Amino acid sequence: MSSRQIMTADEIRRATTRLSHEIMEKQAGTAGLMLIGIQRRGVPLAGRIAASIAATEGVDVPVGALDITFYRDDLSLVAEQPIVKGTELPSGIDGRTIVLVDDVLYTGRTIRAAMDALVDFGRPQAIRLAVLVDRGHRELPIRADHVGKNIPTSREEVVKVHLEEIDGVDSVEIERTLGDPEGDVSTREFAR
Amino acid sequence: MSVTVDPGTDATGAIVPSVDVAPESQPVGWHHRHLLDVDGLSASDLDLVMRTADAMHEVLGRPIAKVPALRGRQVTILFYEASTRTRVSFEVAAKNLSADVVNIAAASSSVAKGESLVDTVKTVEALGAHMLVMRHSVSGAPYLAAEVFGGSVLNGGDGWHAHPTQALLDLYTMRERLGSVAGRKVVILGDLLHSRVVRSNIWTLTAAGADLWLCGPPTLVRGFEAWAGRGAAAGRRFQVTTNVDEALRDADVVMALRIQRERMASGLLPSMREYAARYGLTRDRLALARPDALVMHPGPMNEGVEIAPDVAAGVQSVITDQVTNGVAVRMALLYLLAGTHGTRGSSAT
Repeated sequence: MSSRQIMTADEIRRATTRLSHEIMEKQAGTAGLMLIGIQRRGVPLAGRIAASIAATEGVDVPVGALDITFYRDDLSLVAEQPIVKGTELPSGIDGRTIVLVDDVLYTGRTIRAAMDALVDFGRPQAIRLAVLVDRGHRELPIRADHVGKNIPTSREEVVKVHLEEIDGVDSVEIERTLGDPEGDVSTREFAR
Repeated sequence: MSVTVDPGTDATGAIVPSVDVAPESQPVGWHHRHLLDVDGLSASDLDLVMRTADAMHEVLGRPIAKVPALRGRQVTILFYEASTRTRVSFEVAAKNLSADVVNIAAASSSVAKGESLVDTVKTVEALGAHMLVMRHSVSGAPYLAAEVFGGSVLNGGDGWHAHPTQALLDLYTMRERLGSVAGRKVVILGDLLHSRVVRSNIWTLTAAGADLWLCGPPTLVRGFEAWAGRGAAAGRRFQVTTNVDEALRDADVVMALRIQRERMASGLLPSMREYAARYGLTRDRLALARPDALVMHPGPMNEGVEIAPDVAAGVQSVITDQVTNGVAVRMALLYLLAGTHGTRGSSAT
């Protein structure tokens, strides 16, 4: 299995900063905005985007964490139940503009699950999507509003995002997993 | 929906259990197909149940306290013995996970016509049950059911033997208030002899490192001294005493057990009044425990017998928390067990 780096720590930092600017531009400010990171690596990313917004705008945007485990469409297919990491929303979501934040956008199934979960909490004014990496291969009609980096991949590759808060280091890598039965599992994005 | 699960050749179909587990060296997942008792649960199993119950507790606080995790699964609740809170708690838990719930009260089913337990379980399975929650007055009955049932069996209480979900919700409630029960003095007071609750709590509380004390009148603690002498398992000791003052002194948790009137015919107690006078959990007795000691009771209560009404309703009481936590813990168990057997019918979207 070979691995190569496609984003360095600096590139991740710049991409995160750009995402925060794009989000503010689109929203024309921060009124009604809420960032919700998808467990696990979407959560620290949402925190970083919020910190970047605070640095430039001087506004603290509320940040939440969403666990989509109970909304997955493959629970009956996995041999063992995934471990739940927990949902924590800072307030109600009614009428707010929610920006979902995740590390990798792949099949789109995680985002489908996240939207199902969100609407059980209320009726946001809008739901948008920001991702650090879009690697293609969508299986559902879902697209990101804000993308840190588009990375063309094959299905045999795994995109691994490492973040300091969880992994101790900032880096995005691609691994080829031909013939590796454990392959094709990015951090969470589940296959069919 | 058809899926080719051939990980060697189909990379996109790699529906491996390591989806969330591999990269961060998570603790190992859940491997028990049934929940018959808690004696086989390791400390990490208990931890997983507690953490999953935390997530379920959060779900219970949502505007819509319902998630689709068990959509398409059928949970059959088969109770051969009277129950309100356990049966309803399981039903609410299963519905909160979007399972389909079938309720069978044995008294109004073919059991009343003489159908055997094995036949009933096979019938329930043929009617599509994936999970069977069962209560029976005969100790060990759920073990027999587990031998013939193709899905998962959850013991909702069998005879005097075990009540695993009660023990787990008790542990959850203690941890919620105390953080950890390790080294904490936990007293279980009352009719130990007839109590499946205490028999399951011995396993979970000693595994969690509590300083466990059991207390009751001599006729109702029979057999427990010998068990305490051996320990619940290697290195897991607990104390048994008939001296209620010694038991309660500096306790962190006091759990009163119901005096089971229906089982008192044999003269084990002179009278309810005498029990209340000598062993009832009154305000005066509770004063021996730590000032912030938790008061618990698995219910249903005989107020004025094993617990005084002002203690049951007092500020130290977490009895209603136990009921709410029971739903969260049962949701956690249904969720974890649902992953341990093959699927019959797909719930995939």
